[in-house]
Amino acid sequence: MTSTSAPTTFLNASKDLAREAHRTRARVYGGVTLLIAVAMYLFFANGVDPALQSSFGLNQGAVPAEQRVPDWVIPSFATVAGLAAATGAAGLYQIVRGTQRTSNLFVGLALLIFIFALLVWATRDASINLAGLIKTALNLGVPITFGALAGILCERAGVANIAIEGLMLGAAMMSTLVGTVSGNLWVGLLAGMATGAVLAAIHAVLSIHYKVDQIISGTVINIFATGTTSYVSSLFMQRMTDQLNNPGTFRNIVIPGLADIPVIGRVLFENTIFTYIMFALLVIIHIGLFYTRWGLRVRAVGENPKAADTLGINVYFTRYMAVILGGLVAGIGGASFTLGAVGRFDEGMTAGKGFIGLAAMIFGNWSPFGAFGASLVFGFADSLATRLAILRVPIPSEFLLMAPYIATIIVIAGLIGRVIAPAADGQPYEK
Amino acid sequence: MTAQSTPAKAPRPWLALRDDLLIPLLAIVMALIVGSFVIVFTNFGVLDILSGASSANLAGAMWSAIATAYGSMFEGAIGNFGAIATAFASGDSAAIGQALYPISESLATTAPYVLAGLAVAVSFRCGMFNIGVEGQIFLGAIFATYVGYAFTGLPAIVHIPLAVLAGALGGALWAAIPALLKARAGAHEVITTIMLNYVAYRLTDWLLSGPMQRPGSTNPISPLIAQTAELPRLLPEPARFHIGFFIALAVAFGVWWLLFRTTIGFEIRTVGANPDAAQYSGMNVTRNLVLAMCLSGALAGLAGANQVLGMNRTMTGGISGGLGFDAIALALLGKSHPAGVVAASFLFGVLRSGATKMQSVAEIPTDLISIIQALVIAFIAAPAIVRGVFRIKRGGDDARTVFMRGWGR
Repeated sequence: MTSTSAPTTFLNASKDLAREAHRTRARVYGGVTLLIAVAMYLFFANGVDPALQSSFGLNQGAVPAEQRVPDWVIPSFATVAGLAAATGAAGLYQIVRGTQRTSNLFVGLALLIFIFALLVWATRDASINLAGLIKTALNLGVPITFGALAGILCERAGVANIAIEGLMLGAAMMSTLVGTVSGNLWVGLLAGMATGAVLAAIHAVLSIHYKVDQIISGTVINIFATGTTSYVSSLFMQRMTDQLNNPGTFRNIVIPGLADIPVIGRVLFENTIFTYIMFALLVIIHIGLFYTRWGLRVRAVGENPKAADTLGINVYFTRYMAVILGGLVAGIGGASFTLGAVGRFDEGMTAGKGFIGLAAMIFGNWSPFGAFGASLVFGFADSLATRLAILRVPIPSEFLLMAPYIATIIVIAGLIGRVIAPAADGQPYEK
Repeated sequence: MTAQSTPAKAPRPWLALRDDLLIPLLAIVMALIVGSFVIVFTNFGVLDILSGASSANLAGAMWSAIATAYGSMFEGAIGNFGAIATAFASGDSAAIGQALYPISESLATTAPYVLAGLAVAVSFRCGMFNIGVEGQIFLGAIFATYVGYAFTGLPAIVHIPLAVLAGALGGALWAAIPALLKARAGAHEVITTIMLNYVAYRLTDWLLSGPMQRPGSTNPISPLIAQTAELPRLLPEPARFHIGFFIALAVAFGVWWLLFRTTIGFEIRTVGANPDAAQYSGMNVTRNLVLAMCLSGALAGLAGANQVLGMNRTMTGGISGGLGFDAIALALLGKSHPAGVVAASFLFGVLRSGATKMQSVAEIPTDLISIIQALVIAFIAAPAIVRGVFRIKRGGDDARTVFMRGWGR
């Protein structure tokens, strides 16, 4: 076309620029992937005797003899080399062609493959119970997922929430206290949810009504929750353990039939109520946010509150509701630390899981299932970290524990992958 | 008084100034009042009366609970005036040292607060929220510890400044990561610094149980620093009051001078107040953001170095004890002004150091201080609450700090 008008030329130029930026991104992306592949080969395959085999146990828990699955035995060298080659090929393809969609799923997958290669290398000439490892990863991922879901509910409505840690800590304590005093775990769970909701409501009042900066408000909740729980714990709960700090735990519920599926049956279908609640909430929140009028309103308020207000949506009400619902979800997550696991409250027992939840929310791009996937990967890194010592791997477990945080920094900076927060996230709304 | 809180067209500037002083003061009073409710309703004596197990006077029990708590806190933090007078009258230096022990300990606790509070204040001034002061304190402490024990044979006059500067460098480097990520990739510093805090914790865990572990120890603790790296203590044992307090005051003065008397400070504050205007007037916004963040990290690193070189003389996982989060309260309380931060730090130093005595005498966990601090931040960040309770009219516009402009880009 010879007679293009000026605006079109401009448009084409900007399109070219965008395409160029995209290509650069894809190249960076592919380069990093290639680097990971090389690192995988050098660290986990190079110099490994090809005759060695890694064996993975696939039976979790007390599986009846007739249902037991034989161990999964794979050649260590060939597997890692194969994974490295596949990853390398993906990287090369990325550099040459530059696929259109570059998602965090890809980064998560690369991370997972890397960790798996590490695992194969670590178990060369040894064995590890893979099903048990995945089970632990799921268990560790449950509170993280609750935290992430709480964050999604708040932030989709435009209220940034760094107080998830505090909400979960408060809920963990109250669920234990009330659960012990009432002698009923369900009452304890409800108390945990209520605590999460009350603390979230404080966050909501401070940040929505008083328009306090949402980070400061979140910090207030975190410090307040840490202080209060430690105060009550050391003054009462540690002294009167039997009367105040001994609620017991929810039993595992075995889902008949499904639990007998080989390998995954015991992993997925023999869990406490918390895991099932988490799966249910994942589906409910996903459908709620993306397929209902309610969800459309919440997201509208989080993206463009002014427009939403103009269309007659009550911005303040929607935000209060979303934050308090998030508090309820975080409350369940908090209770899962105590009633779902150890049956006891200890000071500071959430140990940063709320912040990992925040990380999972970002990594999962503010979507429930994305956050769940990220939580699983983070949980897997966590569960592997505790076993590195057993496998005599000369990598300090601390570095594996850093992985979730570093991965989050990488995606938030858009170095690899990309996250897009709700547009009005964190901004107080004024009529 | 401060650039942020004095709007250009404030009708009555003295009212704004009054707010700057009155609101923090009333916020503290309100927090202490709420704190006394907490004390009363967790007091075993009061609870016994309320549940009918004891028939003592309720009001008396409540009053004695509060009086014992805050009384012992005051005595633990400032000291007993009678004892101080007697000690000075006797002229015995050991007795004087003992009588002054509480206040000297409070001042020693104040020093890291000043430095950490300044760290947050500087980031606030540039429109950023450095929530990673805690991690930067750890990195500063690690660097200072390493220089402190690994370099031997240096004279103190070289070794001390070297270790102190190493601390500042450690903090600045750690803060440079979020600064560069923000400048280059637009990553929100709140998220990156939160994540970096946890990376710093794990790094510390690893160093203290690996490369930096004290030889022969199974605990996560570093070797003792060389004596030549110790910040000199100024009072006889067991008082830990050391020269770090004066260093902190000097640094506070230096930060004030930098922020309010130099072009660099003017640029930093302008970028903080309105980045677009700063850009339009030809300032390099990116460079100022990175500079302010590194300065903030260096101050945090100094706080870490102070803890190692002056107080503990070794590095443990508990080196900071939440200092980096208390610092947020300090910067808010001090309205991000160095003088305000020093005053707020003294208050927090007194509270923290008095809390130890309160715990031993009144059996109230020191965590009460965290609760009071959280309330102080809430009341200061939401001055409308304080105004409502005390029925104060609005002075100038409320200085509103907004850091959230969306995560990432």
